[in-house]
Amino acid sequence: MEINLEESFQKKIDDEIRIEPRDWMPEKYRKTLLRQISQHAHSEIVGMLPEANWITRAPNLRRKVALLAKVQDEAGHGLYLYSAAETLGMTRDELLEELHSGKAKYSSIFNYPTLSWADMGAIGWLVDGAAIMNQVPLCRVSYGPYARAMVRVCKEESFHQRQGYEIMLTLSNGSEEQKAMAQDALNRWWWPSVMMFGPNDDNSPNSAQSMKWKIKRFSNDDLRQKFIDVSVAQAEILGLTIPDNNLKWNEARGHYDFSTIDWIEFNEVIAGNGPCNKQRLKAIVSAWQNGEWVRDAAVAYAEKQAKKTDNKTIAA
Amino acid sequence: MQDSDIRFQYVLHLADNSMILGQRNAEWCSHGPVLEQDIAITNITLDLIGEARSLYAYAAELKGENATEDTIAFTRDVKQYKNALLLEQPNTDWAYTVVRQFFYDAFHFQLLNVLQKRKDERIAEIAHKSLKEVTYHLKWSSEWLIRLGDGTDISREKMQIAINDLWEYTGEFFIPTEIETKAFELGIAADVEKLKPLWLEKVKAIIEQATLTIPSKNFQQNGGKNGLHSEHLGFILAEMQFMQRAYPGVEW
Repeated sequence: MEINLEESFQKKIDDEIRIEPRDWMPEKYRKTLLRQISQHAHSEIVGMLPEANWITRAPNLRRKVALLAKVQDEAGHGLYLYSAAETLGMTRDELLEELHSGKAKYSSIFNYPTLSWADMGAIGWLVDGAAIMNQVPLCRVSYGPYARAMVRVCKEESFHQRQGYEIMLTLSNGSEEQKAMAQDALNRWWWPSVMMFGPNDDNSPNSAQSMKWKIKRFSNDDLRQKFIDVSVAQAEILGLTIPDNNLKWNEARGHYDFSTIDWIEFNEVIAGNGPCNKQRLKAIVSAWQNGEWVRDAAVAYAEKQAKKTDNKTIAA
Repeated sequence: MQDSDIRFQYVLHLADNSMILGQRNAEWCSHGPVLEQDIAITNITLDLIGEARSLYAYAAELKGENATEDTIAFTRDVKQYKNALLLEQPNTDWAYTVVRQFFYDAFHFQLLNVLQKRKDERIAEIAHKSLKEVTYHLKWSSEWLIRLGDGTDISREKMQIAINDLWEYTGEFFIPTEIETKAFELGIAADVEKLKPLWLEKVKAIIEQATLTIPSKNFQQNGGKNGLHSEHLGFILAEMQFMQRAYPGVEW
């Protein structure tokens, strides 16, 4: 029987029929998705921190409001994604427990600090830009709840990216100090953004199976190349220089060549040694711990109310 | 004092109230007790700063001289800020935040209700729009006050401490400044003394429903509306105005 189930499951996927929560699915498919969706949800939540860092210091009121709304959108993305993950059999509290204990991962990019206002521009332009490259194909991912969540996420992300690019454009057209601020942000965020696509294809062990299951639609290296090709033109409009001396158009390939990625740095940040790993986790855990009495009280109050309603019903 | 100056100062006072509470609430963003409430407090923050922006834009028009919402918000020092003391008090924890919000919402609601019918069309228009939002804020903070007051022993204690601590900052709302009195005479402001019984009625009802008590101690702090602030405001402005002070006169 098992083989037939698996065959019909794969056939559905091949026919582009969405898998829904109550459908049979291989255990490994469920686990892979759960890991991917929870990692994505956690990235949205941890990703709020580096940007929230500039809300109280935003340079004008229009930017302050836009940044607040953006960080709020990310909380919303976290909510959709946790809900999608819950359909695979883990509660939000369990998923958060894994984040807090360090067992679950989130995108490494958020372990870098936001040091100037220009970082709000660079994150929107590059980090959200890279995220969109990764996420647009996920709107067609084989698992229904994830695909539907991603449609909403992507709409908002592309708005965030335009907003970030517009911050960079304003800085680039501004004073010498502002231009320098923008260039410095590009220098610091470029390589971490390029690394967001993950390891090279020949070093990405789960990719083949994920492609077959249509959890993944394009390879890491293909998406990375696409991101670099698009970003070069965008940097030119800004009049900024991408920090890579080997960046050069390759006529034969029809793509830009670029330097080898510093995988040592990438692996160190994943291993917990990035500049802000400890601070990010600490902020997340302490918000959760400080909120415990609030959540407990809300539950206690709801139970009291339910009891009162029950008593009334009995009395009636 | 000329009428135009009274109007300008009065609009500033209204704007500063919502701006400073918005700036305080903004500190919660990404640190809330649960995702849904992180989103909720940020919604309230966005409404408050939105209201402040409309009022600052109006103040800028009244002032002329190329003033903008940003020159007004980012280049005045502590003494020129005319918000009530309650609104600059630190977040401390969720209990203080909810109590501070509730005390202000209950006042803000009554104030806007009057302002939307007064003679300054711009203020009335802004008040009318904000009243819809503040109706929700008041519902939100009332519900949290009740939920946490009547939740667990720990939450009740925390809420009572916050009420006891913040109570002395509530009286200021109802003691009119010279500007408020003159603005009332111009027909554009509310008579804040008259708002007190309405405010108190609501506050008493919710605090009672929350199984909490109003402190018997009745001393009230005063001064923020006249520019005499607590030590907190200097730090709020230092953070908020940093970019405009460090890089003056450029576009962002």
